[in-house]
Amino acid sequence: MRARVEIHLKKGVADPEGENVLKALKLLGFSSVGGVRSIKVFEIDVAERTTAKTRGAIVEMCRKLLANPVIHDYRIKVEGGRASTPRR
Amino acid sequence: MKVSDVRVGVLFIEGTNCEDESVAYFRALGARAEKVHLKQLTGDVPKAMARKLEDYDILMIPGGFAAGDYIRAGAIFAARLKWKLSKDLTDFVEAGKPVFGVCNGFQVLVEAGLLPGLGGTMTETPEAVLAINDSGHYECRPTLLKQVSRGGNAFVSKVPRGRVLKVIAAHAEGKILFPREREKKVLKELLENDQVVFRYVDDRGRYAGYPWCPSGATYNIAALSNPAGNVFGIQPHPERCFFAYLHPDWTREGGPGGLGDGSAIFQSALSYVTRKF
Repeated sequence: MRARVEIHLKKGVADPEGENVLKALKLLGFSSVGGVRSIKVFEIDVAERTTAKTRGAIVEMCRKLLANPVIHDYRIKVEGGRASTPRR
Repeated sequence: MKVSDVRVGVLFIEGTNCEDESVAYFRALGARAEKVHLKQLTGDVPKAMARKLEDYDILMIPGGFAAGDYIRAGAIFAARLKWKLSKDLTDFVEAGKPVFGVCNGFQVLVEAGLLPGLGGTMTETPEAVLAINDSGHYECRPTLLKQVSRGGNAFVSKVPRGRVLKVIAAHAEGKILFPREREKKVLKELLENDQVVFRYVDDRGRYAGYPWCPSGATYNIAALSNPAGNVFGIQPHPERCFFAYLHPDWTREGGPGGLGDGSAIFQSALSYVTRKF
């Protein structure tokens, strides 16, 4: 199965990449842009055959490597399943 | 133990840097140092090449961009280290042996849960992060670091409290952050435990913002230790100013001869080991 994992910065954590993109967009004349937040996305293919097992494996991957709980939340969507609420 | 008996392992994987210099500098001070690849410690090599972590007295994790710094700076190196060598690492640290992380190596120690180590020798999840600098880019320049600890750790016996070292910073992710909701409590605990070792200062020794502090690090922290004082992470590179001639301003500051500011940290670690073991 395939899962899509979005790694977000927690509310209140500085996002220099997002801020720089915002600045650049304004400099390019996109005056309507009010905010930009950077998000990292991984698409992961796994051998698990059920949504629950896939989600379990991806949560473990987030815990061991993909997210740092000090600054990140993550959201998992298993293909064909529903997006999870952000995990802290 | 004599200095000539001290065995130093400088750990590397793809993307680390300054490991050759670090080995050379430990050897210049009389220790037995060698580079060791992570796979040599995890047994993923021919038997003749295998090493054991316990064979070393000091473990150094050098700087660089290990595994491309993908995901987060130091995260992949840390995960491989933590989940494949967990018991060996914990035993090493609990034996009181020094672990020395520089720049990316500091990021590795934080991601692995070895620093700050408030919740145990190696916490299950990280207690801090070295996040992207406030400037949003790589910062490379000499920085001034004031030794602010009471000296209870393995890396500053040769650096009196209050002394300012000039050490070369070179990082994009050097801004140490703690969980926002617990930041004050964590800082208080770090200070009580004497874990804050170096802080960025300006040319008058005052705690100053950018550009003196290149990252926007919490409390101007440039180096931390664990509560026991034997795991130490420093963001700027002491090996890049090991000799006086490596300092960018040596022509104005007493000439190229002798040792530079960074050497005191290497000497302190060796001195700690020779006194303790």
